[in-house]
Amino acid sequence: MKAYFGRRYIFSASHRLHADSLSPAQNRAAYGKCNNPHGHGHNYVVEVLVRGEVATETGMVVNLVDLDRVVRKQVLDRFDHTNLNHDPLFTAVVPTTENLCRSVYRLLKDHLHPAELEYVRVEETENNFFQCFDDHPAGANAEGQRVS
Amino acid sequence: MILLTRRATFSASHYYWNDGWSEEKNQRVFGRCANRNGHGHNYTLEVTVAGEPDPVTGFVIDLKWLKDVIEEKIMSAWDHRHFNLEVPEFAATIPTSENIAIAAWRRLEPALAAGARLAAVRVYETPEIFAEYRGES
Repeated sequence: MKAYFGRRYIFSASHRLHADSLSPAQNRAAYGKCNNPHGHGHNYVVEVLVRGEVATETGMVVNLVDLDRVVRKQVLDRFDHTNLNHDPLFTAVVPTTENLCRSVYRLLKDHLHPAELEYVRVEETENNFFQCFDDHPAGANAEGQRVS
Repeated sequence: MILLTRRATFSASHYYWNDGWSEEKNQRVFGRCANRNGHGHNYTLEVTVAGEPDPVTGFVIDLKWLKDVIEEKIMSAWDHRHFNLEVPEFAATIPTSENIAIAAWRRLEPALAAGARLAAVRVYETPEIFAEYRGES
């Protein structure tokens, strides 16, 4: 029997939205106050949903303790109380929460065996959140190549 | 297609225990959840149905009817109960959130079939921990 198990985590981090390829005026137009030079912070909520068989002997898709360990090692220890712009993942990619959400998906997807990652949802504030269901952009295959 | 979700809350107690295992293994796998005196949660149940709005009423289903079905099939049987000791489907099944979601589906799906297509049942054990069942085998 296939079911889903979800868990919500929280971490705090700062970021600044700024694209080097855009002019200062274009950055301000695109990002508004999110482009302020010294950045700002959020309490991010990361919701992880995994899918898998419910093991008869435990009644579980995944043991919560194991899931917590993976998320802590792969995501929370990496991002909590950091500046996202300084993370190697965001040296060439703007740390919007869209990109953060996909990064979290990629950091987790190979570490949940035998369960599989269904989605990652990142809430930047109470009023906006993002969900990622795959590790490659729309219009690209799993290797990131453009497909028609 | 529209998804429509109705939420309900109930309070119940449970513990995790596999009779086929030693006490040591139960403690190791289930931790504090293996405390045989049990513990409780304020559960939140989300029942999601899928469909198209009726051209006359604009409803996918009547929410009052859905509320009544949840009340009859779930609340009356589970609220303020001990899953392991009082709820028949957990006599030999560990009442994890996953199994509670599956059990809720089995209680609701036949009752809703006349008027709605059940799409998902989600059970929150705490605001941070939940399981979902979508009817997949």
